[in-house]
This record gives sequence, C-alpha cells and structure tokens, in this order.
Amino acid sequence: MSAIGRLLWVVLAAATALFLVAPLLVVVPLSFSSGSFLEFPPPGLSLRWYKALWQSPFWRQAGLNTLIIGAAATAIASLLGTSAAIGLWLAPLPCRRAILGLILSPMIMPVIITAVALTFAFAPIGLAGSHWGLILAHAALGAPFVVVTVFATLSGFDRALLRAASACGAGPITAFRRVLLPLILPGVVSGAVLAFATSLDETVIVLFLGGPEQRTLPRQMFAGLKDTIELTILAAATVLIAASTLLLVAARLLAARSARLAPAAPR
Amino acid sequence: MGRARAQVEAALLLAPLLLFIALTFAAPIAVILWRGVSDTEVPRAFPRTLAVLADWKGRNLPGDEAFAALAEDLVAARAAGTLNAAAGRLNSDTPGLRTVVLATARRLARGVEGSPRAAILAADPAWGEVETWGAFRRAGATPTDTHLLAALDLRRSADGTITAVPEERRLFRAVALRTVWIGFLVTLLCLVLGYPLAAALVFVPRRLFGLLLFAVLLPFWTSLIVRTAAWMVLLAREGTVNQAFLALGLVVEPVQMLFTRTAVLIAMVHILLPFMVLPLYAVMRQIPRAQLRAAASLGAGPVAQLVRVWLPQTLPGVGAGVLMVFIQAIGFYVTPALIGGGADQMLPYFIGFHATQTGNWGLAAALSILLLVGTLLILALFGRFLGLAQLRAA
Repeated sequence: MSAIGRLLWVVLAAATALFLVAPLLVVVPLSFSSGSFLEFPPPGLSLRWYKALWQSPFWRQAGLNTLIIGAAATAIASLLGTSAAIGLWLAPLPCRRAILGLILSPMIMPVIITAVALTFAFAPIGLAGSHWGLILAHAALGAPFVVVTVFATLSGFDRALLRAASACGAGPITAFRRVLLPLILPGVVSGAVLAFATSLDETVIVLFLGGPEQRTLPRQMFAGLKDTIELTILAAATVLIAASTLLLVAARLLAARSARLAPAAPR
Repeated sequence: MGRARAQVEAALLLAPLLLFIALTFAAPIAVILWRGVSDTEVPRAFPRTLAVLADWKGRNLPGDEAFAALAEDLVAARAAGTLNAAAGRLNSDTPGLRTVVLATARRLARGVEGSPRAAILAADPAWGEVETWGAFRRAGATPTDTHLLAALDLRRSADGTITAVPEERRLFRAVALRTVWIGFLVTLLCLVLGYPLAAALVFVPRRLFGLLLFAVLLPFWTSLIVRTAAWMVLLAREGTVNQAFLALGLVVEPVQMLFTRTAVLIAMVHILLPFMVLPLYAVMRQIPRAQLRAAASLGAGPVAQLVRVWLPQTLPGVGAGVLMVFIQAIGFYVTPALIGGGADQMLPYFIGFHATQTGNWGLAAALSILLLVGTLLILALFGRFLGLAQLRAA
C-alpha cells in the first residue's frame, strides 16, 4: 500500500478506536468528581456520588430489582436453554430449522415490538407491572444465548463417553449428572452470564412492561436522563460498566476454557 | 440407544424451552400482529349498526334502518360502558367523531322523539355526512386493512376506494423514510469507520492488538443506556465537548448539540460500530497474508492488491456487518428517545407512543408489522451472511 494510503488508514483506525473508548473515559472520571457539574477534568476526586447512590432509596430499590429480575430470569433461561441445547445435540429432529428459528427469534425481533406485544398480552393476565412479567420476558430474551453457547460446547463433547457411562451401568440421569454436565459446565455458566448481562442491559421492555415497583437500574437511569443529568447517574453508569465488563470477561474466559476441551472441534 | 428413542428424548428436552418461548414470546407477538389487522372496540359497541351497514354501498347516506340500529346501539353501549372505547377508536379515524358520538348518545339516552333518523340528525349534523358512516365501516371489520393503510398514510373512503390522507395529516411515510435513511447513514458510517479498524486489528503488531481489541470490546460490553448517558454528558450544553470548544476558542457560546439528528447519528454509530467491526475482523483474519505477497510478486500494485485480492474476500464480513447494524439501527428506541429531537423520531418511537400515549393499539400494531416486515426483508436479503459464528462473537 502506498505511504499516504497507509498513513490515512492508521490515522482513521486510531481515531475510530479513540472514538469508541472516549465517552467511557469521560464518564468514569466524572463519576468520581467532587464537584456538582459536568466539569471535565473534575475539580477534585471524591466518592460523594457513590455515597449518594448508595443512600438513595430509589437507586437501592432499582439495584435490588435488577438483581432479583436478572437472577430469576437467568435461572429460567439456563435451565431451559441447557436442556434444549442437549436436545438439539442429541438427535437430528425433523423441522430442525424451524425449531432453531423459534429459539433464536427473540434475538432478531426489534425489542420495541417485543415490549409492546408483551405489554398488550400480559396486561389482561395481570403480568404487566409485576416482577414475574419482567422475569419471563428477560428469560425469553436470554435463553437463546444459553442455547448457542451450550450447543457450541457440546460440539466438542465425545459421544462415546455417554455410551461408556451407559455400559458401566449409569442411567441417563446419572450419566448427565456425572459425565455430561461437569464437562459442559463452562459453556452453561458462560451462557448464564450472557443471559444475566442481557437482563442487566435491557431497558425498553422494563420501560413498557414494568410499573413503578419494577424500577431497574437502566429504567432509573432513563428516568434520570429525561430530567437533568446528575452525577449520581454517572456513578450508577460506572457501576454498570464494571459489572458488565466483569461478567463478559468471565464469559469469554469460560468460553475459551470450554473451547480447549475440544481442540479438534470444527468452529 | 435406538435412533427413534434418541429422537423422543431430544424432543422431550427441547419441549420446555419451545413451550416457554411460544407462550412468553411468540404468542404475544402473534397477538399484537393480529391486532394490526383486526378491530374490537367498535364491533363490541355497535353490533346492530355494523350488521345493517354490511351491504351499504357507501355512496349515499344509509337508510332509516341504519339510523334505527345506531340509536339502539348508542343507548345500549352507553349503558354497557363500551361506548368510550369505541368513540376513541372512531376519533383516531376521524378527529372530532368522539364528541359527535358521545354527545349524540347523551341526547338519545334522554329519550327519542319521532323517528330515530330525525333525532340523530338533530343531535349532530355530522350524521348527515357519508364519511361519518364510512368511519364506522372502517372500524368494524376483521380482518381489516384500516390500520395498515393508516400506517402508510392511506385510508379507505366510505365507498371503498383507497386515497391518501390530507397533506397536513400525513406522517408515517416521512417517519418510515426517516427511519430507513437514519439506518442507512448509521450503517454507512459504521462501514467507513469500521472497515479500516477491523483491518488494523488484523495487521497491527502483537503488542497493540490487545489494546485495540479492548477498544472495540469495552463499548460492546457496556450497556446501551450507559453509552447513551455518556453521549448526553459529552454533548450537553454544559457538557465536555462544549467545554473543550469554548476552551479552544472554537465557539463563543455553547452549541446546542443534544436533541439534534447529528447527536443521534454519533451515538448510534458509537453503539453499533462493534457489530460492524467484529464480523469484519472474523472474516479478515481468515484471509491468508501470503495471497497479498503473491499478488505483489505477480506485479499487482497496492491498489490492485486491495481491490482485486483483499476487498472481494471481505465481502461476506461486510454483508454480515451491514445486516447486523442496519436491522438494529431501524429498531432503535432508547437512544433517539433520549438524544433525538421531538420532531425527528423514528418508527419505534411511534410504535411506543401509540401503544401507551394514545392507546391506539391497532395503529401501534400496524406500525410494528411495518417494522417487522422491513427487518425480515433485510434479513432475507443479507441473511446468508449471518451464521452462528457471528452470533458467537458476543
């Protein structure tokens, strides 16, 4: 490549990379500001906005709701998703494409349609404005991630191990518990982490389907941003950045670990 | 283990999730889509009127039996409490009709003197217009194309011909065009910025690779609302960008950046850029470098190497990236709602608006159908590029 072209390329790529990280590099230091305004760089450092976050009953309730809804949705998504992935792997079923399409459809559907549909369908049966409504919705959004990761892990699992377990007298349940599950566990956990991250990130369904009692961190942030931007919001944002980074690094490490189980598996 | 038995076990393991998604996702979606082609409020309140209007041609005023049926329905619906919802539905078809219906029902409830026709016409002259009755017919059928037509700024007049709504009431064609246009601009910007970055990921020295990948993955992992908040902080009147501009003397007073199209584009490109970079990178790193050297040794200059060897092989990545960015962009709700101007909102905003603010579920559902059809069309066009491999990049 010519020298000018190369220079242009490097500059553009570096500028784009900077564009990607810059907003977060501004928000995180601002959340530790000792001042009250969006002054950057901050006049001094303090934890006052984190203290305000912790002491506000609204934000605490939002944090609690986020954890409850996320944990319950993750549990449902992991259980059903793992079972389905094993089913997909176990035997070729007729209309497999249709089954996959149905399972993955929550990933493709524009979330505003899901939000409006669930509000319309759940309201008459008392699920709008309830924790359960959101838990079910988030579980449906998270389950495809579990299916995809567990299925990927299973593609490296040696089927002969199950026959061996059976030959040694293990019933299907024992074989699952003692042989299959321990080997695919990294895949299950990384799927669960992705499902939790999906719930942690989800804003639109919470806005439409949740009532005032179902305020989650994203919803509380949305409400705050509609108003005036207080630095408490940035403290909450920093907490969310830390949480999702930790979760997704964990998911990647686990995925790398389960990939090592199957060095020869087609990827 | 027999094949048939394995299939039964597989089906049993799949059944719980399939049932769960069917009940908590597919069924609600089906219900809302069906709502886009059906109507419930007016048939519930005006069964007799609609029965009489069934063989009305829509050219002249309907006959006396229609007025008699209307009088009965108005009084009965007012007593049963179904009138308000029906009047609201009619009003969203023809503004002002709510008042006409409610006031007429109130008058008739006090007692009808003489013929129903005379009483109704005396209550409000609007009943002497063909189009008032046309509104009833438009709101009375299932399946109906009323909402779908409304979502395209069209309507059926009383005699059944489809016409465009008056200029000043047109909205959704502009909204649909704006949605596609913003989606296109965001996708184009993501491609222009993402392509060199993805190529840099392939060619950078090992040392810088980790840093560069981190720059792509950190925002990718950060939640959408957090990144939207970050841009609001940067672009606010007293925000970081304005502070920098003032300090550098580029401007004399803060520039209004929030609530503009530009701000929405910047934030959306920022949020969707990783979805362009990751599939591009996945494809680019599979291309053997030796090919470029081989091309060079055969006499291909830098431009020929790029255009004839490199670019064609990256096209699957371009397809996957364009697909993922575009279908997400046209479905964006949170970022435009917070950062965009009130008069510059996209299709998803209007779906939410009509579902919750005006309670016009039929229209919200029809707009959902429009958005979903658009999404599926794009998926069908580019879908072959999208494999599970790209989904796993997450």
